[in-house]
Parts: sequence; C-alpha cells; structure tokens
Amino acid sequence: MRIQLTVNGAKRSFDVESNTLLLNLLRDEMNLTGTKYGCGIGECGACTVLMDGEAVLACMILAVDADGRRVDTIEGLAEGGEPHQIQQAYLDEGAVQCGYCTPGFIMATKALLDENPAPTEAEIREYLNGNLCRCTGYVNIVKAVQRAAQALR
Amino acid sequence: MNINTHNTHIVMGFKYHAPTSVAEAVKLLSEYGGDASALAGGTDLIVRMKDGSHRPKHVVNLKRIMGLAEIKETRESIHIGTLTRIRDMEKSELMGKRLPVLQEAARTLGSVQIRNLATLGGNLCNASPCADTAVALLAYDAVAHIAGPKGDRAVPLDSFFKGPGATALERGEILTGVSVPKPAKNTGGRWLRVARASMDIATISLAVTVKLKDGVVEDSRFAWGTVAPTPMRTKEVEAYVRGRRLDHACIEEAARLASRSIKPRESGRSRGPYKRRVAHGFVVEALTSLMEAQR
Repeated sequence: MRIQLTVNGAKRSFDVESNTLLLNLLRDEMNLTGTKYGCGIGECGACTVLMDGEAVLACMILAVDADGRRVDTIEGLAEGGEPHQIQQAYLDEGAVQCGYCTPGFIMATKALLDENPAPTEAEIREYLNGNLCRCTGYVNIVKAVQRAAQALR
Repeated sequence: MNINTHNTHIVMGFKYHAPTSVAEAVKLLSEYGGDASALAGGTDLIVRMKDGSHRPKHVVNLKRIMGLAEIKETRESIHIGTLTRIRDMEKSELMGKRLPVLQEAARTLGSVQIRNLATLGGNLCNASPCADTAVALLAYDAVAHIAGPKGDRAVPLDSFFKGPGATALERGEILTGVSVPKPAKNTGGRWLRVARASMDIATISLAVTVKLKDGVVEDSRFAWGTVAPTPMRTKEVEAYVRGRRLDHACIEEAARLASRSIKPRESGRSRGPYKRRVAHGFVVEALTSLMEAQR
C-alpha cells in the first residue's frame, strides 16, 4: 500500500505492508533508530514520536493508518548540528544514563512544552508518567524539563 | 499478555480496509464477521495482534469515517461520538461543565500517549471490567447507539456489557456513539480509583452521581469498575440512599451495603476482601465530600 508521510519535515512516500507498524517503518525502512522499541504493549513510552504534534506510541500505530500525517522523531530535533534546547537540558542535568528511554522522554517533553510552556513539577510528572526510565530515576529528568522550559521561554 | 513475547512486529498478514462511511463499515464487518476486527485507536487491538492472541484476516479501520469524533450538546442530552479520543474528552470544556465525573475518569486512563490514540468506542467495545469511561458513563445513564445491517438501535449502556470482552454488538454492528441525558443542576459526582501505579489499569474504581435537594438524596448512581465480570452498578445502594438525608449514619450504611453488593473475583488483580474494604472507603469518601460540598 502506498502512503505519504512528512517525516521530520521531509515529505516521503512508501510502499508498506498492511501489518507494518509506524515503528517498523521508522527503524527498519528509514533507519531512524533513535525511536526505540521497549515493551511493545504501550507501557514504557520508549517509542514516543510526535504525530501532527501530539505524543503517540509508534509501536501501536499501523503505518497505513499514519498516511498523510506529519511525524517527528528525535532525529528531527537538532538544527544545524546543534542540540535542541530540550536535548541540551537533558545533558546538562545528567538526565541520561543508559539513554534508551531518552528519545521517548525528550519527544514527550517536546509535546508537553509545546502545550504548556511553564508546567509545574506535578504537571511534568503526570505528563511523563507514560515514560519509564529504569536507571537514572526521575529527579534529574524533571529538572531537565524545568531547565528546558526556562530555556525555551 | 506476556511482556516477553516477541512483539516488535505484527507477524500475521491481513487485509486492511478504511471505509469512509458507517454504511460501508457495516457492510464490510457483516461480510467478514468473525474474521474481521474493527480498528479505532489500536491501543488494545494492535497489542493483541502483535502477541498473536488475536489474528483477524481483515482489519476495518473506522477512523476515516467523518462525524464520529464529536462531542455535541442538544437540548436534552450530550452526545459523544465513538471515535472521540480520550484526550479530547479530557480537554473538552463542555465535558468539564456537564459530565465532570466522565472527564475525571478520562484523565486517569493510561498515559498521555495512550489517550492521544485511544477512543471512547474502543474503551467501551473492548468491554474490560475496568474500562474507566464505561464506569463513569454508567453513573450518567448513558445510552449506546449502534448501527448495523438491520438498521440503527439504541441500548442502555447498562445492558451493553455481556462479560469480559463481550458486548451486545452483533455481527456487522458498530457502536457509533453514546448519549447521556443532561444531568440536573443539583447533581454532583465523584470519581475514585486505585491502581498499583499511576498509569496502571484500575484495581477498583467508583463513579458516583448524586442528585441532592436540601440535603436529601433524590436519586443516585453508584457504578463500579473491576468488581465483577463487567462494569456494574450497585442498585441496592442506590435504592437505600433514595429519599434519605445524607448524614454520617446514612453514609456508613451505604458503604456497608456497597462492600457487600460488589461481586469481585477472589483471584487476579487483588482479591475480594481487599476490594470490599476499598469499596467501603470509596463510598464514605465520595458521599462525605458530596455532603460537605453542599454546605
């Protein structure tokens, strides 16, 4: 099946099978391996991407169902070789350890800050409760989101 | 569901359909019957297709049908289309004003990422005993609107759920939406829910609506999640509080009745004795706060 997607700003056209997931398309076809496979059942948030600006799980969406949509992944954030402010904030706050959950967290953070530029700590924790980190803990991640929010204002 | 299953891909192939009208969807689902699955948000269906527990030969994506994702207010009721996403219910001003218990239930369902995909119709048709929106809608006397090969029909949500994963939908039928009679001005409500972690499915939940006049209960609904094979109401409690003044003695007796009226299994996600104690506490908490709110 022929589908058209705008991935990280570039219009692309693909021939996909009905059972191809958006995550499979991004990772296997486009080599955009920043988006991770974590649990496959919607519990961990590692595969979080933005679809038309909203945080969604790429492992639960059929590629054909994303036809015509705009998809943004972690690879699309940096500009001119410079990390995005959110990426920089995660680095500065030591919010990254093994890094596996980080792309999902950063994309969810992007959706949060686009929606709410000055979230409280409670709002940050609630918004990110669909993203799991199994090594560094959440304190530095919350700090990173707060730092990013400030940098973006 | 086994987290250790290889579930990076959907292994089985299937034929994909994307009808653009209800009639077309009904025709496809009638033709393929049990070989077909209706797809909305996909947050349940896709998971089961990946672990292989569900292998439809045809997937009928309903999301290209226009007009099924609206929240509308008419003179008597509020209509919520089947494709309305949980996130849209959470953000809807109309819902906050008219159906706050349902909005609160929507807010506690899954994560932001899940709520951006999941739909009301999916949550209802999946017919899980813990479906948050189902429980809240039961407390609002919702009616399910169904389209099918023999025409349209409406079923009280109370009789829509037939068991875990089973609904009143027959071959070829789809849920097109629900409507809720507008609650009276003096109706208050509460949503209570416990789960192991914040985005887990509910261990037990309660949606209460109470119509109060001068401190006396005119009418009420007590709807529960995960205390029986389907979301259920405890009509014994509703009958007991009707006509009574909401005071501590009444609340205590209602709570005692509730803990006896629920029908939890004795195994699975936490056990009966625990749920009965929580049910007691939920009723005390909900009714006490409603009693205090009217002062």
